[in-house]
Order: sequence, then structure tokens, then C-alpha cells
Amino acid sequence: MDFSSVFDPTHWSALLSGLQVTLSVAFSAIALSFVFGIILGVLRYTRIPVVSHIATLYIEIIRNLPLLLIIFFGYFAFKDWGIQIPITLSVIISMTVFTSALVAEIVRSGLNSVDKGQIEAARSQGFTYIQTLWYIIMPQALKKMIPPMVSQFVSLLKDTSLAVAISLPELTHAAQIIYNSKYNATIPLLILVAMIYFVINYTLSLISRYLERRLAG
Amino acid sequence: MDFSFLEVHKEDFIDGFLTTLSVSLVALVLSLIIGTIIAIFRISPLAILRAIGTAYVEFFRNTPLVIQVFFFYFGLASIHINLSKFFVGSLGLAIYTGSFMAEAIRAGIQAVPKGQMEAARSSGLSYVQAMWHVILPQAFKLIIPPLGNQFINLVKNSSVLAIIAGTDLLYAADVAIANYDVTSVYVLVALLYLVITIPLSIGVNYLEKRWAKKG
Repeated sequence: MDFSSVFDPTHWSALLSGLQVTLSVAFSAIALSFVFGIILGVLRYTRIPVVSHIATLYIEIIRNLPLLLIIFFGYFAFKDWGIQIPITLSVIISMTVFTSALVAEIVRSGLNSVDKGQIEAARSQGFTYIQTLWYIIMPQALKKMIPPMVSQFVSLLKDTSLAVAISLPELTHAAQIIYNSKYNATIPLLILVAMIYFVINYTLSLISRYLERRLAG
Repeated sequence: MDFSFLEVHKEDFIDGFLTTLSVSLVALVLSLIIGTIIAIFRISPLAILRAIGTAYVEFFRNTPLVIQVFFFYFGLASIHINLSKFFVGSLGLAIYTGSFMAEAIRAGIQAVPKGQMEAARSSGLSYVQAMWHVILPQAFKLIIPPLGNQFINLVKNSSVLAIIAGTDLLYAADVAIANYDVTSVYVLVALLYLVITIPLSIGVNYLEKRWAKKG
């Protein structure tokens, strides 16, 4: 085994540019799925006929499919339909489509955890349904939503590595390119890359735990 | 939709479906074993076991499954240990999912009031006996729904096998799209995954609701 390539500065710069792609894809998809997830979750929660059903159908189908399938579909199907989009964008879209469904479920169960009496009380005070949702239900539900959302986003960050399958130049792919020509360095490089993911995700988990404790109080 | 690819690739899809099912089941059994052992480590009175348990859970939960599968496949191959793709897939999935299973099992065990363990121990049961006969049966209802969710994730995650050409369901799609309509191929594969995951989801929801009511 060749541990020296782990310390080779040229490899470091290749891995760093991979890490940049990983982080930018992850954070774009996190921001987008946060927004779409809340919209979808609220739509499912409201029980407006048809709209709520469509949201439910979307959520249940998407969250029961493998993310890798959606990544492949996003990449190959767009091409097949003659739509040219950059690979980075196709991965961001696929990850958003998938994660929004999971965020929506977190939002819905957060909303459901707020006592129904709160809605009745707010409505009888003259709040509209939308006002009640926004000023009364959401702030209380948000506390419950933050910890599971953070772990969902940790999953998203890890799952960007699936895009190695379509050769998105992210962190895992950067390592793969190096060890494809330096066979001996495969294990050291995979350990190094695992450590990089670990440090980022573990930090996020610690932040989530801290928030959980603060919000619980 | 054009499903004419089935004339040529029908066998590939059946084989892929069966591989996905069997990898998932093998990994389920292994991950339950790993998860139980790690969960017991995590709540053990011995500090060293607790540390090992925590390290396992934190490391494997926070690193991508792809890296773990690559390690067992490309990493071990680089030191001349060649494992079959099926074995690599099952092992990678089991080690990864084991960390999530461990957390679900630990949370369930810790939800059983402490007095139960104390009472069992003071009645003369050993730690292991108390765990097996008193704590685990009560924790079971709390553990099963989250374990079910982890199994659904495991089935979905088994698709990483496709990245190492592991002849699973998603890999069958990769092969077929070379010559046939991409959209139709993926729609069929999506439906085949849903055939496995939707009934599991419904089952988990049912148990969650039923057991939540009874308390």
C-alpha cells in the first residue's frame, strides 16, 4: 500500500476541487429541497382536495424509490428528450426531487405534532387559516423539524457520492481518478476521502444535537 | 411508453429483481446482527465497549455507503483480495445499515424504564438474562417500525450495486438503456422497486399507528 500519495499536494488540489463540487451540489440541493419540501409538506397537511392528493402521491412515490435511480433518470432521460443541461445541474435537480419528498414528510409530522386545539383557538380569535398556519402552527412545528431535517441534509451530503456513477467530478470521483492510475493508493485514498466526509458530516450532526438540546429547553 | 426492450431484456430484469431482493435480505439479517451487537455495546456498563459502539455508529453513519462499497470492492482488490459483487454489496449494506439499526435498537431499549432492569437484576437475573427476557420484549414494539424504515432504505440503497456492475435491478436498466427508450426502461424499474418498497411502507405505517394507540 502506498500511503505517500495521500500526502501528495497535486492530489490534494484534485481532491479539494472535487470537494468543492460536492459542497456546492449539496448546498444548492439542500436550499432547494428545504423550500420545496416545506411547500409540499404544507400542501399535504392542508387537505385541500386534489392538491393535497397530488402532493401525497408525489411524496409516497419518490421517497420509495432509490435516489440513484432518480439521478440516472435525471441524467439520461433529459439527454434522451433532447434537453441539454450541465451534469451538475441534473444532479442538483435529481437530489432536490428526492429530498423534497423526505423533507415534506418531516414538515408534515412536525405540523401534525402541534395540538389541534391551537388551530381552533387561533381561528376563534379571528385568524385566517393561512395566518394560523404561519403565525401559530409553523413556529411551534419548526422546533420539531430541525433535528430530523439536519440528519436528512447529512444524508444528502453523503449521497452526492452516488453521482460518481455518472462521473460528476465530485470528491469520490476525484479519488477514483487518482487511484485508477495509482493502484497501490486505493485504500489510503478511500480512507482519506471517508475521513473528509466524516469530518463534515460529524460536525453537522454535532450542530444538530446542539440545536436539539437548545430547542428542547 | 415502449416496453419492447422486454423481448430482449426480460431475463435481465427478472434476475436483477431477484438479486436486489436477495442482497437486501442477506444484508437485512447481517445488519440486524451488527445492529444488535453495537446497540448492546452502546449501552453496556463497560466504558471500552461503549466507546467502540459509539465510534462504529458515528463513523459509518457519517461516511457515504458508496465509499464503503468501493473500499470492499476496489480497495480490497488492490491488495489482491477479490470478493464477489454480491458479497461486497451485502457486506457494505450490512455494515452501513447496521449503524442505523444500532441507533434504533438502542433508542428502543433506553425507552424501557430503568426500574425494569433494576428489578430484574435484583430478582437474580444476570445482565444478559434481564436484557433478553425483560427489556428486549418490551423494547420490541418501539424498535420494529424504525427498523422497518431502515429496511426500506436498505432496499433502496442496494441500488449502489449498479455502480460496481452488480447485476441488480438498477444495473439491468443501465444495460437496457443503451439500445432502448430510456424513459420506459426507468419507469419499469421504478415500478419494480415500488413493488418492494410500497408494501413495506404501508406495513410500517400500520404498525406505527396500531402500536402508538395501544401505548
